[in-house]
Amino acid sequence: MFEQLGDKVRKQLKGWTEQMAGQERKDRLQALARTENEYGVDPFGFNLDFSLAAVAPLLWLYRHYHRVETFGLENLPPGRVLLVSNHSGQLPMDGAMIGVALMMEADPPRAIRSMVEKWVPTLPYISAFFARVGQIVGTPENCRRLLAAGEAILVFPEGTRGISKLWPQRYQLQDFGLGFMRLALETDTPIVPVAVIGAEEQAPALMDLKPLARLLGFPSFPITPTGVPIPLPTKYRLYFGEPMRFTGRADDEDSELDKKVRTVRAAIQAMIHQGLKERRSIFW
Amino acid sequence: MRPAIVVTGISGNLGRTLAKLLHKSERIIGIDRRPFVGRPKDVEMYQLDLRKKKAEDVFRKNEIRAVIHMGIMHDPRMSEEEHHSFNVVGTTRLLEYCAKYGVKKVVFLSSANVYGPSPDNSNFLTEDAPLMASSRFSGVRDLIEVDMLAHGFFWRHPDINTVILRPVHIVGPTIRNAPSNYLRLRHPWTLAGFDPMVQLIHMEDVARAMVEALRPEPKGVYNVVGPGEVPLSSVLRELGHVSIPVPHPIARPVLSMLFKYRLANFPPPELDHIQFLCNVDGSRWRKELGWKPHHSMRDTIRSVIGE
Repeated sequence: MFEQLGDKVRKQLKGWTEQMAGQERKDRLQALARTENEYGVDPFGFNLDFSLAAVAPLLWLYRHYHRVETFGLENLPPGRVLLVSNHSGQLPMDGAMIGVALMMEADPPRAIRSMVEKWVPTLPYISAFFARVGQIVGTPENCRRLLAAGEAILVFPEGTRGISKLWPQRYQLQDFGLGFMRLALETDTPIVPVAVIGAEEQAPALMDLKPLARLLGFPSFPITPTGVPIPLPTKYRLYFGEPMRFTGRADDEDSELDKKVRTVRAAIQAMIHQGLKERRSIFW
Repeated sequence: MRPAIVVTGISGNLGRTLAKLLHKSERIIGIDRRPFVGRPKDVEMYQLDLRKKKAEDVFRKNEIRAVIHMGIMHDPRMSEEEHHSFNVVGTTRLLEYCAKYGVKKVVFLSSANVYGPSPDNSNFLTEDAPLMASSRFSGVRDLIEVDMLAHGFFWRHPDINTVILRPVHIVGPTIRNAPSNYLRLRHPWTLAGFDPMVQLIHMEDVARAMVEALRPEPKGVYNVVGPGEVPLSSVLRELGHVSIPVPHPIARPVLSMLFKYRLANFPPPELDHIQFLCNVDGSRWRKELGWKPHHSMRDTIRSVIGE
């Protein structure tokens, strides 16, 4: 009974996505289906039908709630690519909005994979949901495999340091991990820096209840003006920079890699400054 | 007499499938503690325990060109010492005979379960991934130990072509292992909110893989994958089963109790397999052997209910 209900809901949602996307885009979205088996999933568990259904509410948020504007999507090279973005907002709406932008606005549409924390597979429902929409546990092995298959991967090198930062740290990039640079060098993958404006104000965290977070096994437990981190209808601006290509050894010293990572970080920071200058207010 | 192939654990359902596949083209000597029901006339059978001195006679009196070792027992109800002794001592003896009597090829049937399901796993584990299964489930410790014994043997005897096969969950109409038994339940438990991708392989495809492994070239460790990956929910749906979603924090204590009172046959750590990933990359085997399973995903799934 639940399965039939689930199928019905999924069908309706998919219809909604198609209606919002328009006929032409709808046809092109079908081309996103990766090599699927008779059960509609690719080897990593991505399911196009499920994703098109799941995208409907996100697409509504994208169009009408966060009113996302994108800049520089034409910079996205075909084939394998690492998108490196700032991360904020307590809930990974930034990731979702980048994902929708690539599906709905990029030409051709792309379904991105983002690398999720290792605790995600321990969460009920969320783990299954993330897998069906194509998100993967961020192990280097997974990343390598997907890049080899020519996929677009979204990385937040700030990790939980970024998403759970407090209000006074907004738009200040936290330390970047080096892992993405190692993988880019190893697989000769271009890096596209991405700046997200708007996410940092969506759920201003006044404090982080660390002991409670530890107890629940969460990366943080933010206290926001609304109590729980419900995103506010801030206006989103997504900036996609020119692809950056790096050469060098993947197994170099950390200090060498850090230099390269800092160029990416600087590129993102520059776009953030530009984006903050260009916007009129947090909500418009 | 022409050189023979020794098959241990031949009386099991998988062993019998293998014997049927092989007996027309090869001289087979079976070793098992259990009788071989429905044995083809041309299969020689020794009903004995590998730990007994008599097992050596088989090697002394015959020219053995290859050994297929699948006589590994995994019964969670068996006492741990008996389990350990049968698997580890039995395998050690067998490998000694192989070295002593100049067997050129040893095929060892392990399992992809040795990697163990875990939330940290990459989506596709390669042959060099650490064998972590026992960190969460001590009951599988001797399965890992025998895999490592075979691995050590491979390095110590470069002149013997040792092949260690790690197939994914083996299913089939007559197979009685944990995954098959689980998939036969009319109302199987699932863990609410978890739907991992699973890999299954038909027992006939595993038997074929063991025959392929007898070829002279392959050596080393190989993951063996069947027709692919599929969400657990799709498997249950294909079988027409209505699952009972149980919240994972209560599933473990409840199953421990049921297992203790013998109301369930699944030890609680088996729940990890329906919660987390333990999928492997079989590309090495596929490429080097030109391997393709004969059974499709649908066939493989339906085979557990004998269709």
